[in-house]
Amino acid sequence: MGIIKKIRKNLSSAFNKIFKRGNLRRIGIYGPPNAGKTTLANRIVRDFTGDVVGSVSDIPHETRRAHRREGVTIESNGSAITLDIVDTPGLATKIDFQDFMAKGLSEDESRRRAKEATEGVIEAVRWLEDLEGVILVMDATEDPFTQVNVTVIGNMEARNLPLLIVANKIDLDDSMPSRIKSAFPQHPMVPISALNGDNIDVMYEKIAEHFG
Amino acid sequence: MKGIQMDLVSSDKLDRLSSVEKIRMILDSVEDGKIIVLERGLTPQEETKLIEATMTKITPGEFAGIEIESYPGAVHQSWFDKLRKKPVDRARLTVIGPADQLKMLKRDRDVISAMVSAR
Repeated sequence: MGIIKKIRKNLSSAFNKIFKRGNLRRIGIYGPPNAGKTTLANRIVRDFTGDVVGSVSDIPHETRRAHRREGVTIESNGSAITLDIVDTPGLATKIDFQDFMAKGLSEDESRRRAKEATEGVIEAVRWLEDLEGVILVMDATEDPFTQVNVTVIGNMEARNLPLLIVANKIDLDDSMPSRIKSAFPQHPMVPISALNGDNIDVMYEKIAEHFG
Repeated sequence: MKGIQMDLVSSDKLDRLSSVEKIRMILDSVEDGKIIVLERGLTPQEETKLIEATMTKITPGEFAGIEIESYPGAVHQSWFDKLRKKPVDRARLTVIGPADQLKMLKRDRDVISAMVSAR
């Protein structure tokens, strides 16, 4: 692509971004299985609409279909932003039905869940193309350097789209949100407990600031 | 001699392959029980395509997926790179293997520590 064409394309993209402010934005909640994505989606939607998005469980891949909640208006510090929130299935590079059996599911149920989970991961990957920003949920008790986290961050950086990292589960004694900050210093990070609501107001401020 | 085959793929070879060919090469090798080491990593878009293709291959009791780890690329772009929307550097060395044979022990920006076991 010629340099003039490239400059024109970038100017057009910047112009669109400026005039898109205030419009509805579609934001995906991503992360590995059991990071607390649906707990967070439920927290956001419950706080601003009184409803919930999906069920949660200790068994990985409880969410096996993406759920979109349209027009959630998040208010923070006197400003408001309206978002479409997409809760996505956990991203993974491996799914072993025996892991579900270890959690007490029958073999048939485990095989079925494994199959549905693979379809869920494909759906989550395909949603990435249709989003205008991502909230990446990481479990603050786990090693943040996972391929799933690196892949989601890489995709957002390559497309120049906003990304907010949420270090979840800070209510647990062994959580270390600082480890996440030092792993990905180039992106804003907010430590929270989606379960208890700890620091959730700060997260809403960051969402308004970042995706507004 | 019994053992596990490792294929170390140079960046020159990777440059000659299309995204589809890279993903096909990786999945074919991993399904055969090989460990692949790429001298230079995949782009973020190729990584998502690899995840998607892996999911279609998973068969309970036969193939559980892949383990993949790489050191991340450089994190900082100059303002000029941002203005030109130059993509962030892709990941550097990348290790990929069958999920039931390759287990990552520890990873940070510059060291990947992994355990490989026979089937």
